[in-house]
Order: sequence, then structure tokens, then C-alpha cells
Amino acid sequence: MYNINDINETIAMIREENLDIRTITMGISLLDCVSDDADVLASRIYDKITRCAENLCKTGEDIEKMYGIPIINKRVSVTPISLVTAAIKPDRVVDIAKALDRAADTLGINFIGGYSALVHGGTTFADEALIESIPEALASTSRVCSSINVATTKAGINMDAVAKMGRIIKQTAELTAAEDSIGCAKLVVFANVPEDNPFMAGAFHGVGQPETVINVGVSGPGVVAVAVKKAGGCDFSELAETIKKTAFKITRMGQLVAREASQRLNVPFGIVDLSLAPTPAIGDSVAHILEGMGLEKCGTHGTTAALAMLNDAVKKGGVMASSHVGGLSGAFIPVSEDAGMISAAACGALSIEKLEAMTAVCSVGLDMIAVPGDTPAETISAIIADEISIGVVNTKTTAVRVIPAVGKSVGDSVSFGGLLGEAPIMKLSSYSSAEFIARGGRIPAPIQSLKN
Amino acid sequence: MKAVISVTGKDSMGIIYKVSEGCAKCGANIIDISQSVLKEYFAMIMIVDIDRLNIPFTEFIDSMSAIGKANNLEIHTMHEDIFNSMHSI
Repeated sequence: MYNINDINETIAMIREENLDIRTITMGISLLDCVSDDADVLASRIYDKITRCAENLCKTGEDIEKMYGIPIINKRVSVTPISLVTAAIKPDRVVDIAKALDRAADTLGINFIGGYSALVHGGTTFADEALIESIPEALASTSRVCSSINVATTKAGINMDAVAKMGRIIKQTAELTAAEDSIGCAKLVVFANVPEDNPFMAGAFHGVGQPETVINVGVSGPGVVAVAVKKAGGCDFSELAETIKKTAFKITRMGQLVAREASQRLNVPFGIVDLSLAPTPAIGDSVAHILEGMGLEKCGTHGTTAALAMLNDAVKKGGVMASSHVGGLSGAFIPVSEDAGMISAAACGALSIEKLEAMTAVCSVGLDMIAVPGDTPAETISAIIADEISIGVVNTKTTAVRVIPAVGKSVGDSVSFGGLLGEAPIMKLSSYSSAEFIARGGRIPAPIQSLKN
Repeated sequence: MKAVISVTGKDSMGIIYKVSEGCAKCGANIIDISQSVLKEYFAMIMIVDIDRLNIPFTEFIDSMSAIGKANNLEIHTMHEDIFNSMHSI
């Protein structure tokens, strides 16, 4: 039984510390929509999504009201689209993105994920067609998110796909140049991508998933930051304990909402994702938690250790609070979506090299990083290769979501508004990686993959 | 089933009366009240039994919020499940 202090604590977390459910994401399988007629496929996909998720927003709003807890986003993820477009003509694949966008519009959701292909072991004709269509798909839709898995620990790294994604990211930036290259904010390149991630832009409904499923992503960097501040000058054992207890409470709330949503929608409950997801709002920053531990500015020496401790404590606290934990489950460090990261990058405390080191100990990767618009495609591919290698060797998910903002250079910034935030353009190495990327082929799976 | 009603705002005459009248009209039975006034600031947490509500719970939440708006108070009503799940194993 709760007492008056518990009630006050919960109310303060929600009203003052930005505690919220970041997303309720419904995964929907589209495998039964398959057709060799692009129009039939598009209409089947539209119909299935709008039918299955018809009550998603309303249910989310009802739960929000019942518990007094904000549920920021209701979203949909679908089967990787390249799996259902294999029989249609390559130039029609983009029409499927438009069908997804229309479905999202009808449902009233802000993002739909799954314009995706899994090419870690190699690329099928359908994967190829989907990847080639990404720039146009992201430029001609507003809600569709795309992700490509180019590597796994088991398969190694598909370097042909890495090289291609550098070019695709550049083309996407050019086609959406009028809006600060926003298309790239909806495109992620993964290693070891999870099948049940509820967070955008990387969400899709994996082939090992049920027909439909409810996955929930919690948030709460603000709550953890306040807890760290309250803990004062204690040692790390005590600090880790404080973070664990806070993460437990946050996750319990996610579990409650996930269970309730699953019951009301009559859709199986999948997982709760334990990620700490920041927003550009003041008091909702992962960087500020790290600074609260005693770092003058996020990005300085000690940041990786602080993040490693935070990430571990969040998982330890959260894992007991939920019956099924999955997705990405770790602290996110998207630069443009975190007020503290934006500030640290703008003043030069946070460099891309430090961010890369930080991704080795947390979820997910080089996320929402704006780079100069004249960055060569090969350099973007090399950034992807570096980041993906960290994931493959450490048997963890890593990803790259970079924005080569057309017409911008170091000293400028991009602004996307809303949850996507704003970001200063970060400096990259000016030396070429072109010959390295031009090799192509596959980097073999590391010895860590041989566990049988 | 229970719900937690939190009431905050500038102190004035009859706050408890208005809130409890709203509860009684909807069939919510007050189980516990914790209330304090610091300087001129009024804060109250009320636990009510909602098993015999004569309207759906979401409408009860709206009716309590309306009382808040009419009297310049912040009134939030939350189902107890959120407190149970966050604060007990």
C-alpha cells in the first residue's frame, strides 16, 4: 500500500520532472498483404494498418486520462517493407511508402516505422529496390521512418550496403534540403537491430513477432536527474542504488500502461523498452544526468564512465519491474533531441569522437548528429562502418542517424522543431576514407559470434 | 478500487466542501484526507472509493477537473493502480 509520500513523489515526477510514457507502439504484420500488383498491395497495407490500429490513439488517450500519466506518442511499426514488395516493380516501391503515410495520417499518429530492409548477410533484389527508393520515399512522405540493418554479430558487416547507405543518406539530405535535410532524421542504419523496438525512427515489426503486438517505451531522464541531484555527494555505490530504484518506478509505470493497452486493444503485450529517452524540453536531458554526477559539461573526460554506470543501473532497476524487457533498453544520446547534448556540442565540449566512445556503453549509437553538407558519401559510410563495428564486436545494437545538412557547415545549426529538436553542425575529420569504402564485400563475423 | 485526488491552489473558504460535494454527487466515497495550508497555499490529497461511482471513471475525472477550473484550483484525479505499481513490488 502506498502512503502520502509515495503519492507526492509520483505526482512530482509527472508534473515537475517530465515523467511520461514516450510511446505506445503497435507492431503489425503485413505478410498477408503480399501481392504482385502494387496498387492491390498498397490498398491491402492501408486497410490492414487502419483496421488493426483503429483504436490505438483513443485507447492511449483513455489510459492517459485514467492514470494521469502523459502518453506522448502512439505509433505503428510494420513488417520490413522489402519483405512484402518482392513481387512488385522496383519503381512502384515508393507507392508503398505513400500508403503507409496515408495510413498514419488516417490514424492520427506522428510516425510509422518499417520502411526497412535487413541486409546484414546480403541484399535481395527487393532490398535493393527499397533502399534505392528511400530518398524519394522520405522526401514525399512526412510520417514514414526507414531503417536498414547492415550488420549482425553473427553475419558480419555488409560493406556494400554500408557504402550504398552513405550515398542514400546524401541523396535523402539533398531531396529534403529545403527543410534542413529532415529526411535523414527519419533514416537509421543499424547493426544487430532488435525486432521489437518501439522507438522511432528504427522501429519495425520483426518476422519473429506475432500478428500484432503492443510495445511500450518509457522515458524519464528528468526523474533520474532529480534523483541524482537529491542523492548529493554520495559515492558511486549509493548513486547506482538511487538510479536503480528510480528506474524501477519508471518501468513499473510502463508495465502498467503496456498491460492496460494490451488488454483494451486485445493485442498481445510484447515488451517494455527501458530506454531513457530525452526530449529537447528543459529538464528532460540525459546529458544533464551525467553533469549532475559531477561533470562540468557532458563530453568531458569521465563522460563514458558516467554513462556506463547510468546505463547499467537503469537496466538493473528496470528489469525486475517488467515481465518482458526488450527493444533497445538503454540510455539514448541523440544530440539534437537533448538540451544538454545540444549545449555541450555547441560549446565544443562534446565531439563526434567522444560520442562514438559513449555509444560503446549505451544505447544506441551516433544519433541525430548534424554534419557539414559537403561531407563526402564515403565519409558517411566510414562513420557508419566505425559505429556498426562497435555493435558487431560487442554483440550490441548500434546505429547511425546522421544529417549531412545541405548548405550548412561547422558553426551553423539545423532546426527540425518538435521532438526532433535542433543541432549544431559537428566537425568531422577532413581526411578521406574513400579507398577503404570502395573495397566493398563483407567484413567477416567476429570470433565472438562462434558461441555454439 | 480507489482513486487519488490531488487539490492545490490559493486557499479560500469552502474548498473541501466543494470537492467533497463533487465526490458525493458522483458516488465517490471519501476514505482519507490529508490537507495542509502553507502560507496561503492550499494542498490536499484525498483518497476515494470509486466502486459505486454513478458515472464512468473518466467522466468523474472531468467533473473534478471542472470543479478545479471553476474555483481556480488544480485538481487531478488518478486511478490508484499507478501508485500501487510504482511503490510496491
